[in-house]
Amino acid sequence: MTETLTAPAAEHEAHGHDDHGHPPTNTGISNEKLGMWVFLGSECLMFGGLISTYMLYKNRPGAIESVRGRVVESSSLKPSDLFDIPFTSVSSFVLLASSLTMVLAVTAAQRNEMSRMRVWLGSTAALGSLFIGGQVYEFTTFLNEGLGFTTNVASSAFFTLTGFHGVHVTIGILMLVITIAMSLRGRIPVSRAESVEIVGLYWHFVDVVWILIFTIIYLIK
Amino acid sequence: MAIIEANPAGAPSQRLALEAGDTPAKPFGVFARPTTSQGGWKSWLTSVDHKRIGIMYGIGSLFFFIVGGSEALLIRAQLARPDQKLLSADLYNQVYTMHGVTMVFLVVMPMAAAFANYLLPLQIGARDVAFPRLNAFSFWAWLAGSLFFNSAWFLGGGADGGWFNYAPNSGVLFSRSHGIDFYAIGLLITGIASLVSAVNLIVTVLNLRAPGLTWFKLPIFTWMTLVTQFLLLFALPVITVALFLLMFDRLFGSNFFDAANGGDPLLWQHLFWIFGHPEVYIMILPSFGIVSEIIPVFSRKPIFGYPFMVFSGIAIGFMGWGVWAHHMFASGMGPMSVTAFSLSTMFIAVPTGVKILNWLATMWGGRIKFTVPMMFAIGLVTMFTIGGLSGVSHAFAPADTQQTDTYYIVAHFHYVLFGGALLGLFAGFYFWWPKAFGYMLSESIGKWHFWVTLVGFNLTFGPMHVLGLQGMSRRYWTYSADQGFSMWNMVATIGAFMIAVGLLIFFANVVISHRAYKKNPVDIGADPWDARSLEWMIPSPVPEYNFDEVPEVTELDEFWHRKYGHTEDGRLVRIAETEDVVQKAGATGIHLPSPSYWPIVLSAGFPFVGYGLIFDYWWAVPGAVLMVAGILGWILEPSTDPEAGHDHDDHGHDDHDGDHAALDAGTDSPAELDAGDATPVLAGTAAGSEESTE
Repeated sequence: MTETLTAPAAEHEAHGHDDHGHPPTNTGISNEKLGMWVFLGSECLMFGGLISTYMLYKNRPGAIESVRGRVVESSSLKPSDLFDIPFTSVSSFVLLASSLTMVLAVTAAQRNEMSRMRVWLGSTAALGSLFIGGQVYEFTTFLNEGLGFTTNVASSAFFTLTGFHGVHVTIGILMLVITIAMSLRGRIPVSRAESVEIVGLYWHFVDVVWILIFTIIYLIK
Repeated sequence: MAIIEANPAGAPSQRLALEAGDTPAKPFGVFARPTTSQGGWKSWLTSVDHKRIGIMYGIGSLFFFIVGGSEALLIRAQLARPDQKLLSADLYNQVYTMHGVTMVFLVVMPMAAAFANYLLPLQIGARDVAFPRLNAFSFWAWLAGSLFFNSAWFLGGGADGGWFNYAPNSGVLFSRSHGIDFYAIGLLITGIASLVSAVNLIVTVLNLRAPGLTWFKLPIFTWMTLVTQFLLLFALPVITVALFLLMFDRLFGSNFFDAANGGDPLLWQHLFWIFGHPEVYIMILPSFGIVSEIIPVFSRKPIFGYPFMVFSGIAIGFMGWGVWAHHMFASGMGPMSVTAFSLSTMFIAVPTGVKILNWLATMWGGRIKFTVPMMFAIGLVTMFTIGGLSGVSHAFAPADTQQTDTYYIVAHFHYVLFGGALLGLFAGFYFWWPKAFGYMLSESIGKWHFWVTLVGFNLTFGPMHVLGLQGMSRRYWTYSADQGFSMWNMVATIGAFMIAVGLLIFFANVVISHRAYKKNPVDIGADPWDARSLEWMIPSPVPEYNFDEVPEVTELDEFWHRKYGHTEDGRLVRIAETEDVVQKAGATGIHLPSPSYWPIVLSAGFPFVGYGLIFDYWWAVPGAVLMVAGILGWILEPSTDPEAGHDHDDHGHDDHDGDHAALDAGTDSPAELDAGDATPVLAGTAAGSEESTE
């Protein structure tokens, strides 16, 4: 995910060398952290494209009947007909809470409290998994109600958008688990606490995107 | 930065070991880590050296130039005479689609990436890019995607929807072969490669500039490459969305672009062109940067209006996002949109015009030397101007609706992409070839290359303006004699084969110049052109670690200002001999990122996943295994091997002055030829021309 060797910034901080008398990176931000920020900038446009697609298609369930002249039973079903706002609010709250535990993990890492950091990272991963579990439940319910991926363009756009977000959360969970495993093997000393912070950047980004999706897709009629 | 300079007082090996923890030398007990970046072809597979990666991008893009060029010759052969039946209509669709996609994604973009990789760290005084292994991954993923895309030829036929692949032609109903699936997945893979590369190069420029190298001392090439990488960063996710939706339509039965089932074909057009228009600047800006480096060197003047060059590049980068719908004037999107995009399209000609006038002003009053790189650069300025002007004519919607999908459009974008981007890239090949390989390409053969290419190019694409205005559609498979297209089509075909001859001359030049160098290895020195930017301050070919000592930068055109000063009445005088200014490749004990297997292992997984999606999910299993192994191996491996390179490094003294200490690893650089004392062959020429300046 990120280059494993620390940037000169961390290098210099950790060892107190300043053999050239100039800042180790021009921005003062390590390459890894800056790289993550830049990458997240790119991700914004990806979710922008997916959200736009959903907005374009969300009220287009009936086109199959009108154009082909044959009735497809579920074609008039829209994702918004099936939204369970209280349930999704709870799972959104779970994901938001994971941002808090992520912050606590980063703080613990910076204070060199490694076992505490692992607890918070584990909580973050658990909350993320709970959210994914909720999404699986939601998708299953929709399928049982007759709204599949190919039912109509509105359902395709809905499953694509929320599915992409779910994949992002899952990748985040994997990053958290790998970080915990590396920490258990002593591979994340305090000098590399920043790698926890970088995982955190990604995690917070995915949370923020969910707030957008929840607002735009679920709450706005 | 993953590179640590040897610290004279410290003990780097212990320091690194502490940093990296108890890393096993064999991450899974399977592979020993590649121990050296030197040696035979195998070392190229694991190299993370930005220069080798740049060279591999160059070789890869030239290979696909031959592939895409052959496809172009097939097109021209089919259209040479009326009622030809050389290709079937179906095969013709595949050939022009594969030609377009190949030239855009597998030739121009990677060729620009070759220069970006090779030059960017050198121009900013860095030892490598910010993430060397990610850089290797970018190249291998690009290659994997490119080969995957072209493997369609052997697996049922290539993509056949045109490079912009509009719905409904891209749907399964109209394209039953797997060609467009290869298009979607292949471009997703190369997109990942470009995105990673964009992140990498942006961080490199933001973070790794030499001390004193502030924003307005950056060479124009670096600036233009930076703008390009930002365009890539924000444009690629949009095409990624479009390609995913297309893939879901074709493979999983959704209907995003199928109007019959409630989808909207215009969504594809918008998503594609929101990516596609920044994409044309992604292709042209690197060439603008290249000629902005070349023209000052051979005019012996600084670039005219440096801030205008920078800001016009940035302006193009911003405005490039507001013009995409001028590709869609014929789609019926309404008078307001058409007016807005007409206006923005006219405005974007302004910063481009600024650049052209600045190049002219740079040459104005200069002592122009018509070397081959300079001729190609001037070729760009003139040919791009023609292409730019026909581009402005598309801004007028009433005219454009007549021109849409005719050969007039084909003429326009070949004037900007071949006459612009490719001429600029070839200028770059001739200009930086000595820097990368230590010998010059022959000037006399190079001039043949230039003139044959230029004449062939104008014969090919000039007549297409006429054909287009006569009404010849760009997708015509063939035409009949009474349509009046016969003569200009024949001329264009003759021109196309001339371009092919020009390319053969280029390859012959490489072979002949290389042989001449092998027979009589003259040392061309660090600075054969009497050039201006930092990459000319280090030996040719560049040592693995780039700079003996990272230079302290005080001026724009730092290297030039170390060689030349001004008298009180403003005349140019030499203040130092080139040999005294350049570095001598005498550094020892510089720690470089270690080579790694994982970038190529990870990249090799992508095509299998692609075949799995298209044919049988079981194919995805080996792909997933490779990718998981690649990612885990990558994470568990420190970017600099703590075991490597400490046995015979002399950390005792900080020897940056180049007392010809032998490098601890034998390189193919001329360091052992005692570069410091060798007189650069062309230095005399350079000094001579300098005198004439005074």
